Amino acid sequence: MTTSRRGWVWLSAAMLLLAVAVVLGVMVGPAGRLSAANWNIIWNVRMPRVALAAIVGAMLSLAGASYQGVFRNPLVDPYLLGAAGGAGLGATIVISLGRATTSEWIVDPLPLAAFLGAIAAVTVTYLAGAAFGSMRTSTTLVLAGVAVASLTSAIQAFVLQRSSDGVIRAVYNWLLGSLVNASWHDVRLVLPYVVVSGAVLLAHRRHLDVLRVGDDEALTLGLDVRRVRITIVAAATVGTAAVVSVSGLIAFVGIVVPHAVRMVCGGSYRRVLPISIAVGAAFLILADIPGRMLQNPAETPLGVVTAFCGAPFFMVLLRTRRTAV
Amino acid sequence: MSSMQPTQLVFRDLSVSYDTQVAVHPLSLTVPAGGWLCLIGPNGAGKSSVLRSACGLVRHRGSVTVAGQDTATMSTRHRARLLAFVPQLPLLPADMTVFDYVLLGRSPFISYFGVASARDRATAGEVLTQLDLAGFADRRLETLSGGECQRLVLARAMAQEAPVLLLDEPTSALDIGHQQQALELVDRMRWERGLTVVSAMHDLTLAGVYADRLALLHEGRLVADGSPAEVLRAEILSEFYGVSVRVHYEDDGTAIVLPNRRAR
Repeated sequence: MTTSRRGWVWLSAAMLLLAVAVVLGVMVGPAGRLSAANWNIIWNVRMPRVALAAIVGAMLSLAGASYQGVFRNPLVDPYLLGAAGGAGLGATIVISLGRATTSEWIVDPLPLAAFLGAIAAVTVTYLAGAAFGSMRTSTTLVLAGVAVASLTSAIQAFVLQRSSDGVIRAVYNWLLGSLVNASWHDVRLVLPYVVVSGAVLLAHRRHLDVLRVGDDEALTLGLDVRRVRITIVAAATVGTAAVVSVSGLIAFVGIVVPHAVRMVCGGSYRRVLPISIAVGAAFLILADIPGRMLQNPAETPLGVVTAFCGAPFFMVLLRTRRTAV
Repeated sequence: MSSMQPTQLVFRDLSVSYDTQVAVHPLSLTVPAGGWLCLIGPNGAGKSSVLRSACGLVRHRGSVTVAGQDTATMSTRHRARLLAFVPQLPLLPADMTVFDYVLLGRSPFISYFGVASARDRATAGEVLTQLDLAGFADRRLETLSGGECQRLVLARAMAQEAPVLLLDEPTSALDIGHQQQALELVDRMRWERGLTVVSAMHDLTLAGVYADRLALLHEGRLVADGSPAEVLRAEILSEFYGVSVRVHYEDDGTAIVLPNRRAR
C-alpha cells in the first residue's frame, strides 16, 4: 500500500471514531436516552456541548501538533508560550472583580478576558524572546514563555490571595476546564477563530515537515523559518485562546492526541494535522461523557477526566511504540 | 535537469564575526563554474563559517555572489534554488521515508500553499535511481546505515537542482569505501551537470584527489590558495597544522599526506 493511501485509511478511521463519539455524546447523559420528550435537552444542552467539545478538542490537538512541529519538541503543548497563564490571569481578574458587577455588560467579560490574556501573554513572550535571544533559536522563545508563565501565575496568586473563598473556588473550577455551561452561543463565539486558525495551520503542514530537519537545513531548503514560525505560532495561539476562553484550561489534550496519532500513523505533518483534528474532537467528546455521569448531578471537571484517562493511555503508547517529532 | 546553468561563485571580502570573536577575516575567492574548491585547515579555522555564510545561515560582511547575484539580498527560496547545502551533521527524522526526505529537496520549487507536483516527485525518483537508492524509497530513515544516510543527504541536495553544491565535511563519518563512493558521486554530478562545488574537508589526501583547488584557512585567515600541488606541501602544512608531515607525490601528481612518527 502506498504511503498516501495508508494516510487516507487512517484519516477515514479517525473520522469514523469521531462519528461514533458524536453519537455517544448525544445519546448519553443524566436525562437519559434520545426521545421526543427530551428533545429540548438534547438540542439545547447536549448537542452544543458535544459540538463545543469537538471544537475545543480539535483545536487543542491541532495547535499542540503545530507547536510541537515548530519547536521540534515532543513535550510542548499549546499552552507553552504563556497562553494558559495569560488566559488564567485574565479569567482570575474578571472573576475576582465579581460576576455580579459585570453581568449587565453587553459582552460576557470572562471569555473575552481569557482570550485577551492569552493573546497578550504570548505576544509578550514572542517580543521578549525575539528581543533578547538570537533570531533563529526557538529555545529563547520557550524560555521566555516560561518566564511569562511564571510572571502571570505570580500576579494571579497575588490577586487570589486577596480574594474570598468563593472567588478562589470559581477560579479553580475555571482553571480545571469544563463544558458545563456550553451553549450554541459559545459555539458561534469560537467557531470563526477556530476555522481561520485551523485553515492556516493545515495550510502549513508541508512547512512543518520541512522544519523536521531543523531550522538551519529548512532555511537552506528555501523555507523562511522565522516567518513560518511566527505565522504558525500566531494561528495556533489565536485558536487556543479562543477555545480556552469558553472551556477553561483543559489539560493534556494538546500533548496526548498528536502523540498518539504520530505513534500510530507516523510523524509526517501532512497526516498528523488532519488526523489530530478528528481524533482530538472525538477524544474530548468521549472524555466529557464520564464527567457528566460520574458525580451526577455534580460535574467532574473535564480537565481532570482528560488527564486521568489520557495519562495512562499515553504511558501504554510510550511503552509500546517509539516516536519522533 | 538540463535547465541548470554552470555557475560561478565569488566570495568578495567575506568576513564573519560571532559577537566580538572574528571567525573569518576578510577573504576573497572565486570558484569558476564547474570548479571544485576545497577548504582545508585545522578545526576552528573558519571553514564551516565560510560555507554557512554562503547559504545564509550566518551573517557576514562582504559579499557572496552566485551567477552575479548577492546571496544576502535574495529571498530564501531563490537562494535555495541556487545553492544546495549538505551539513556536517544532518538532522534525520527517524520515521520519515527516504522518498519524502529526498522530496524535501524540491521545497524551493513548491509554491507556498502548494504540494509537490508530479514533476517534483519524478525528479526525486530520478535522483534516488542515480544514487542507487531507488530500492530504499519506502524505508524509514532510522533503518539506514551511516553510508546510506550520507548518500541520502546528497540525494536531497541533488533534488534541489542547484548549480552550486556546498558540502561541510561530507565524509567525516564514513569509512574509506564510503568516502570514495560519496566523493565519486559528487564528482560524477559535477561532470554530468556542471556543478560548482565548495567543500570543507579534513582528509588532505582526499581533498587533493577530488578538488581542483585548495584554500587553506588558519585562524580565520586565508593563508594558502592554489592547486593541490601548490598547497599540499610539507612546510606549509607543518606550519599551519602544527604537525610534522611528509608529502609524497605519485607519478600522476597526486599528493599523499602522511604524519611523521616521532622517533623513540
